[in-house]
Amino acid sequence: MATRLQFENNVEVGVFSKLTNAYCLVAIGDSENFYSAFQSELAGVIPIVKTDIGGIRSIGSLCAGNKNGLLVPHTTTDQELQHLRNSLPDQVVVQRIDERLSALGNCIACNDHVALAHPDLEKETEEIIADVLGVEVFRQTIAEKILVGSYCALSNRGGIVHPHTSVEDLNELSTLLQVPLVAGTVNRSDVVGAGIAVNDWTAFCGSDTTATELSVIDSIFKLRQAQPSSIVDEMRKSLIDTYV
Amino acid sequence: MDQDSSGMFKVQQTIGSVVCCKCGVPMPPNAANMCVNCLRSEVDITEGLQKSIQIFYCPECGCYLQPPKTWIKAQWESRDLLSFCIKRLKNLNKVRLKNAEFVWTEPHSKRIKLKLTVQAEVLNGAVLEQSYPVEYTVRDNLCESCSRFQANPDQWVASVQLRQHVSHRRSFFYLEQLILRHDAASRAVRIKQVHQGIDFFFGNKSHADSFVDFLSKVVPIEYRQDKQLVSHDVKSSLYNYKYTYSVKICPICREDLICLPSKVSSSLGNLGPLVVCTKVSDRITLLDPRTLRCAFLDARQYWRSGFQSALTSRQLVKYSVFYVEPPVGEATVGGQKYALSYVLIARESDIGKMLTVQTHLGHILKTGDQALGYDIYGANVNDDEMAEYRLHGRLPEAILIKKCYDKERERKKGKPRAFTTKKLPMEMDESRGGRGVDPGKMENEYEEFLRDLEENPELRFNISLYKNKDYQESDETASMTDGEGAPTVPIEELLAELELSEEGEGDGEDDMDE
Repeated sequence: MATRLQFENNVEVGVFSKLTNAYCLVAIGDSENFYSAFQSELAGVIPIVKTDIGGIRSIGSLCAGNKNGLLVPHTTTDQELQHLRNSLPDQVVVQRIDERLSALGNCIACNDHVALAHPDLEKETEEIIADVLGVEVFRQTIAEKILVGSYCALSNRGGIVHPHTSVEDLNELSTLLQVPLVAGTVNRSDVVGAGIAVNDWTAFCGSDTTATELSVIDSIFKLRQAQPSSIVDEMRKSLIDTYV
Repeated sequence: MDQDSSGMFKVQQTIGSVVCCKCGVPMPPNAANMCVNCLRSEVDITEGLQKSIQIFYCPECGCYLQPPKTWIKAQWESRDLLSFCIKRLKNLNKVRLKNAEFVWTEPHSKRIKLKLTVQAEVLNGAVLEQSYPVEYTVRDNLCESCSRFQANPDQWVASVQLRQHVSHRRSFFYLEQLILRHDAASRAVRIKQVHQGIDFFFGNKSHADSFVDFLSKVVPIEYRQDKQLVSHDVKSSLYNYKYTYSVKICPICREDLICLPSKVSSSLGNLGPLVVCTKVSDRITLLDPRTLRCAFLDARQYWRSGFQSALTSRQLVKYSVFYVEPPVGEATVGGQKYALSYVLIARESDIGKMLTVQTHLGHILKTGDQALGYDIYGANVNDDEMAEYRLHGRLPEAILIKKCYDKERERKKGKPRAFTTKKLPMEMDESRGGRGVDPGKMENEYEEFLRDLEENPELRFNISLYKNKDYQESDETASMTDGEGAPTVPIEELLAELELSEEGEGDGEDDMDE
């Protein structure tokens, strides 16, 4: 079941947090509301780490990771790097990479098996991604947009892409990623990746998200499977149009 | 899989459908991510636009007020009214107007309803189109000119008093036709006929000005302008005047015989003392019948000397022409051909006395014709100079002016003419003292004027003549077989009158004359 929240009156939850199956990173806010929202859902299941990257609080845009590893840009300070290494579980490899396109969260969309990368990423970076995150990397655009991390929200069970994605593109992406995809909106906006933080059993989206969008999110990421209900199947049929 | 123009391979892109973020209905993706209905419910682009407004209408002249002072004439539900109504709306430049149309309202309801379709950009660049109604309340309000007219219908601000001090009204008939043709008196509030002239009343000084201008172009005039104070607003120093133009038309008319004063004669290059006036437009054309020389005097030149005619067309007498010698000289003056020749004539009333005179009408006179001319020998003219000349025997005995078509007209007596003329809406001056106009005399004079028109094509140049509906052509052709008929206006020159009947427009105007 997706939760609606805000980070200091900003609805872009995906920008200020990074949620994976093994850990969760949250930005440091003046109030603890953001952190407590995550805690209420995930406490005890996975570690929730409060951090900045290079002094900047929009950590979701700056780093990319899955259960195997975490990639941070070269602007990360040593202190922050150390803090991350200490707080995260041992099997998660934290790697700082030197890449001109340093907003890794905007450039890379990944789950535990496959990743989409910005077409202009360096070859070296691509190799590191494949190595550290243990994924297959595909350079792709989504609806002619190159910032794949911002325009695609991906988990192991499904994904949402930019609403203007054409049917052929959707099919192609779905085949690549091997998960069902839907073109939809989050927070009533096109920038779906930045608006939502999602993993296999829970999702957090901005408070501007409408109920319709929430139901789409619930069905595509299969968040209700924990509570089986006959309504779910019907909703799925009426809401999802492309389902591979 | 098709290839586009550059030869590159392009995959066909089908736009998928997403759900509207509010209502969940599937729709093609758009910039606002909402379906049209949800977008409409969120955003109202007509907010802040005027939806009801008051406009003022003058029921007398059918005009609408555009503040502060302009009145615009427009018909009910016309394009002019539509554009006027849209102009009255404020703030309409914030959105783009796509369409505007009238919604039907009862004409007596005093409401005009418009349906406007506007487009504006909302949210993230999505363009929304919305229709909304605007209601106009029409309030009756007499416009300034109508209210002034209502208060006093005879109100005039400027008047033009046109006078010509001659004993006939021929010039005024001709002037009337000219005015009708050029529509010069269309803005006159009243037209009144008085002794030896016509009065025109205008509501505006500039109208009177332009009328006087028009007059100066068609006849030689001299005028003066006077004004009379009607009211005076002390506080704002506004003065209301009534303006009067006293316009005098030169008393020299066509066919007048003039004995030029010696000064004028010498200034015109020793033009013979006796001259005939052949044409009056904005200049007077004087023709010396003995030398076939011509001179032109415009208004200013005339009034410098201000001579009068010696003999006018009232004093024309009939002569019979017995013999016309071949012309000794020919000249073309002002488009008219003249031929100088000697003729043997005698007065109708005194056939026994034969005269041989020189005439300039050699080109049209033939033996057995009748002609009209001035009997100088028997005339009693109050002119010292002329008496001098007569003493010295330098005057001819008679001067022929024009050919007389009376015999030919006899045949056509009683039959209607091929053409009719229009008249100005004049009031007759029924003033006491017998100085009013005698209707019988008017009829005769008008008949003579019409005859004049028939005989002289150049007079018809600036006049519109209309086809006479009662006239049958068959009569005319029958009589044409026996020799030369009286001169008539050829049919091609006549205009058909514009008849506006219930069924629609009648025949329009034929080809313009000449």
